[in-house]
Amino acid sequence: MLLSVENLYAGYGNVEAIHGITFHVNKGEIVTLIGANGAGKSTTLKAIMRLQPPEAPRLIKGDIKLNGNSIVDVKPHMVVNRLRMALVPEGRHIFGNLSVMENLVIATWNRRKDPHVHRDMGRIFELFPRLAERRTQRADTLSGGEQQMLAVGRALMTNCEILLLDEPSMGLAPLLMHEMFRTLSELNKQGLTIVVVEQNAHLALKTAHRGYVLDTGQVVAEGPSEKLATDPEVRKAYLGG
Amino acid sequence: MKKYTLNILALVVCLLLVVAAQMDMLDQYVLTIIMFIGINIIFASSLNLVNGYMGEFSCGHAGFMCIGAYAASFLSVTLFTNNKILGAALLPPYLAPWLFLFILLVGGIVAALFGLVVALPSFRTRGDYLAIITIAANYIIISLIENIDIIGGPRGLQGMRKVMNAMRHTLDIPWMLIWVIIVTGISLLILYRLVNSTYGKGISAVCQDEVAAKIMSVNTDRVKMVAFMVSSGLAGVAGGLYAHMYGYINPQAFNILKSTEGLVMVYLGGMASLSGSVLAAILFTLLVEALRFAIPAVDGALHAIHVLPDGFELSQVWKWVLIPLILILLMQFRPEGLLGNRELTDVFPRLRRWFTLK
Repeated sequence: MLLSVENLYAGYGNVEAIHGITFHVNKGEIVTLIGANGAGKSTTLKAIMRLQPPEAPRLIKGDIKLNGNSIVDVKPHMVVNRLRMALVPEGRHIFGNLSVMENLVIATWNRRKDPHVHRDMGRIFELFPRLAERRTQRADTLSGGEQQMLAVGRALMTNCEILLLDEPSMGLAPLLMHEMFRTLSELNKQGLTIVVVEQNAHLALKTAHRGYVLDTGQVVAEGPSEKLATDPEVRKAYLGG
Repeated sequence: MKKYTLNILALVVCLLLVVAAQMDMLDQYVLTIIMFIGINIIFASSLNLVNGYMGEFSCGHAGFMCIGAYAASFLSVTLFTNNKILGAALLPPYLAPWLFLFILLVGGIVAALFGLVVALPSFRTRGDYLAIITIAANYIIISLIENIDIIGGPRGLQGMRKVMNAMRHTLDIPWMLIWVIIVTGISLLILYRLVNSTYGKGISAVCQDEVAAKIMSVNTDRVKMVAFMVSSGLAGVAGGLYAHMYGYINPQAFNILKSTEGLVMVYLGGMASLSGSVLAAILFTLLVEALRFAIPAVDGALHAIHVLPDGFELSQVWKWVLIPLILILLMQFRPEGLLGNRELTDVFPRLRRWFTLK
């Protein structure tokens, strides 16, 4: 068990948003959290990254463990540096007035003296050739799909072992959406552990090994993706028939 | 060789200035303006690090200049001159030229420590609140110094002239001009290297999106602290130069009006643009000096055509009507400033071929 979330309660201000979520991720897996708006998927990811209020939820109860060690007292940048987890946030959050290259370079802030930075950037450009073409362009002049590629590329530049993605398909055309998930599968085959939060449940379950269905801050179903995708109860309630 | 053209040109211009000053070819007034431009360049470009690159709104930059000016002056006066209050010189005056850069550095370090006063609240708050805190810091610093009698309180501190004279006795060259040129050069190089490094890109990242910066491994608290301390430290160094150039300082010379001058220069030049700040510092200093002549001239002309009543005179205080007015007009018609988020090399890409700053 690489990452485990145990009986997590978290919320914003006095409002509790997630009520006792428990799930785990094994090394080398793709795990998806699916569910409707407001189910607590993004809140869970932000809590795992240890982002603090006001942008992120306050932890009320429960524990988040990486390799069996609690990480609740770790600062966000240390989650990236030491624990090698990276987040592709909802809405991309790229640095609009910086160039594509600068966006990627910032992700190497903590290992700025690492001689492999250049090689890693080459790998990102191999993975997303479109970014290579636009490397000197300002990030806010990119199309939505390219911005999403940049957001993923940037997270990979942190040299992460676990990649968390918050709605990577949001605002993408169907073709790009499939391409994005194909890329995720490929990265997973190279050894990356992936946790992906999605509203597009069909697509997510097709890519992931296991899934958790969230509803109003609780896990209501879990299991291997194929099983979830065919479970009549889940289909009826969350996959639209 | 070609790519060093501008570097060599800048060096030659500086050398020519020093030679001209040495041979008394430059009027003392002109010399003062040239030195003042240098000081303003440090003042504006260091403020740009916080207000431009990091996107905070610091309105109390003159406070740190004040700290630096007092720390450096106190040190140099104690070390090298016989003073009624501070006692006899601790070191022989001929050491003054050797230790002057060190004295400026101490002034900068003390100012940088006061920069923490602003950096610490910035971990928790941004925007308007931080702007108010910086104004408060400016007032705190001035009040603090006004109430310390050993450094003159509200009367001010003098004796730095004697230190400069001691340098002249050791070797008769225009020391002050040389110091201003060297220190301005070093300060700009520090800022340039900082904002173009991966570390410095972290500052731009904090400006754009703090949450995104955090999840991209940037230690945002440390980046803010470093930016505030470098910025206030360089302002302190500028203060040290300012104090030794004039030979006299008093706390009210570093009040909110001085901070406003810094803001005008930053916004005139453009946010997050070092070359913009340099350009704006030169233009602004010349403009303020031009007003010194223009206001009496306008006054004379208006009296000559009997527009103004006899008892009413346009005084230099009108400077403080015109300078904020520039800021307002600037915001209205060119909010991005002269260069705005770009460097001169982005506007004239060919410039790149003629210099190197690696």
